[in-house]
Amino acid sequence: MITIIINKNLNKGSQSNERDDGRAFDELRPFKIEAGVLERADGSAYLEIGGNKVMVAVYGPRELHVRRLMQPNRAVLRCRYNMAPFSVDDRKRPGPDRRSVEISKITSEALMPAVFLEKFPRSTIDVFIEILEAEGGTRCAGITAASVALADAGIPMRDLVVSCAAGKANGEVILDLSEAEDKDGEADVPVAIMPRTGEITLLQSDGHLTSEEFEKSLNLAIEGCKKLSEAQKEAIIKRYGD
Amino acid sequence: MIFIEDKQMVIPGDILADDEYHSGRGTFKEDSKICSSLVGLVAVRDKKISVIPLQSKYIPKRGDVVIGEITDIRFSMWNLDINSPYSGILPASDVFGKEKRELNKTFNVGDVLFLRVVDVDEVKKVKLGLKGRGLGKFRNGILIYITPTKVPRLIGKKGSMINMIKDETKCEVVVGQNGVVWVKGDPSMERVAEKVINMIEEQAHTSGLTDRVRNMLYELLGKEKPDIEQKEETDEEEENGEDLIQ
Repeated sequence: MITIIINKNLNKGSQSNERDDGRAFDELRPFKIEAGVLERADGSAYLEIGGNKVMVAVYGPRELHVRRLMQPNRAVLRCRYNMAPFSVDDRKRPGPDRRSVEISKITSEALMPAVFLEKFPRSTIDVFIEILEAEGGTRCAGITAASVALADAGIPMRDLVVSCAAGKANGEVILDLSEAEDKDGEADVPVAIMPRTGEITLLQSDGHLTSEEFEKSLNLAIEGCKKLSEAQKEAIIKRYGD
Repeated sequence: MIFIEDKQMVIPGDILADDEYHSGRGTFKEDSKICSSLVGLVAVRDKKISVIPLQSKYIPKRGDVVIGEITDIRFSMWNLDINSPYSGILPASDVFGKEKRELNKTFNVGDVLFLRVVDVDEVKKVKLGLKGRGLGKFRNGILIYITPTKVPRLIGKKGSMINMIKDETKCEVVVGQNGVVWVKGDPSMERVAEKVINMIEEQAHTSGLTDRVRNMLYELLGKEKPDIEQKEETDEEEENGEDLIQ
């Protein structure tokens, strides 16, 4: 009898250089998205990608009590990105820090172009992103999960925002950097897009890249986003069991 | 060209049709394509495409009847929570006329009222009123919150669904267009009604719901199921729910 063993970790990409975790240069980590996981939130989502575990809750549109933030012609979109103390190897001191304040801001700016904020003047939409476990690429995971949670909350949107990073490690341009690749690598380029139109709502770049390498990472990240976008759609449809 | 079928489930950003169709509720136009802006079911009527959301917040509209809870008493008005991003106000003059009386002697914080939306202005200030048949304060009973878009489904064709619940549980049931349902009756019957209403909310997007609700009611009340299933329900989501008052 002949047994055929299929190794799923075999190189799926077109290039031969393998990464530390056995992925091809254009391969995402295994991921899973679920919508509607929290009972009391208006909308919620849970996302796992590689070693990342992210939970997002959305509340609103609801009454905004902070008068100075109120916009007479549109809603405000408030995001809070928070890492649990146990999300990393060394305990993280709880509370906002420089990094999480930045990520909260860029998350809300990445989501804002997709949401019809003008439909809910003088109100607020609150997005809470909790990182339960972190392993590189949490800001992208947070944005991807947040847009699923917004859709689950019934908030009108132009498109689902999806986010993914690309970068350079060991001299190679690669997709979806893991924590090790991010730390020891040369560069990290997180990107968020609205897949239908291809508009970019977030673009950051950290590290050293030549302009060719940058362009290559950007295109690679966009390809990764498109793959994730399919999983987002499935997650929402699955929520209503059709 | 149309890319979807009637009653198909769509998500934000899905392309529904091109511009020979009209863009209705829950959709928007971009580059001469009509796209969905919500998670919901498509409704195609003639040449108009809309998306009926599966989840939404109540946006006040003039003429709606709503159920609200008093959250605050001010000098000459009450503030009410109407299960919406915008709170409502009930002016004292609407209740007392020209007379001056103490507000907290009439309605207090926590009271539940059945009101009509008198006016919504451009900054979404919601004025409420108590003038009309059946409007006023509720005593006792329980409140159940459902998604406002599912209110027509709960009421059913010409009130068929809601009347069935009323008849079987012997409860008084009042549905506000803001998705708040008030139920009063025997405490055990209130619980039955609550279970059934929550079930309707969960399964509002499926067809053949009336029969399942009937079966569930009979099961919860320990009654015999009727032998012959009644005529098949043609499932629909809209057009009903206009006659909301009892």
